[in-house]
Amino acid sequence: MVPYLFLGFAAMLVATALMVVLHKNPVTSALFLVLAFCSLAGIYLLMHAEFLGMVQIIVYAGAIMVLFLFVIMYLNLKHDIETGVQTAVRRGLGWGLGALLLLTSGTLLTRGWSMGPVLAELPAQGEGNAAAIGKVLYSRYLFPFEITSILLLVAMVGAIVIAKGRKGPEGEGA
Amino acid sequence: MIPLTWSLALSAVLFTIGVVGVLVRRNALVIFMSIELMLNAANLAFVAFAQQMNSLDGQIFVFFVMTVAAAEVAVGLAIIVNVFRLRETIFVDEINLLKG
Repeated sequence: MVPYLFLGFAAMLVATALMVVLHKNPVTSALFLVLAFCSLAGIYLLMHAEFLGMVQIIVYAGAIMVLFLFVIMYLNLKHDIETGVQTAVRRGLGWGLGALLLLTSGTLLTRGWSMGPVLAELPAQGEGNAAAIGKVLYSRYLFPFEITSILLLVAMVGAIVIAKGRKGPEGEGA
Repeated sequence: MIPLTWSLALSAVLFTIGVVGVLVRRNALVIFMSIELMLNAANLAFVAFAQQMNSLDGQIFVFFVMTVAAAEVAVGLAIIVNVFRLRETIFVDEINLLKG
């Protein structure tokens, strides 16, 4: 059952990701990206990362995509019209390089490689994935966790300052 | 349990789609979405290895990557809004002021 579900989610993920890249309208791209994030959340659930699956939906499909859609509607964009020889060259080069990258990763995957030693540290039985992650996050990874809060603060201040525009003493409105 | 190779192959495909999106499209917003796809491909590889190695550390890393992605999107979209105010376009091949 689980492998079939994985294959279904994987097919949906690849199809929606391709539509994100291929569709002309940015709003449609963003909506397909929401679908892609939701199928990725399903894959996380299958891999016993329940907390991450829920956070994926809340943070990515919820917050980040709302931000994207808000900016798209705010900018009121036309369709992405592309013509000309230069566009064809860039498109050909892009797909060629993508195929090369896929070939490289495929070669790496099919060649013999081995995992390091598997840790014996099993997540504690009887408690959920979120509880186990919380215990690790607030003990071993406490310092990076606190640094993260500073990162978010800096990003928040930076985003506000950048998006506010220039309203200097010279009276030049944004 | 899902085989590790399947997850890694899916992660590679997703990353490649993101790279192609960055190379092919010229709308800065779609390029941003492609970058999100690449970050998610990396997250998928992290979760796959975490499952394979019976460890939670990979999932913690995904948590941090999500934080960085959220910060990146906020700042990046602010930059895009500002560029649109200045240049009336967000097509990256028309933003060529530094080209000389």
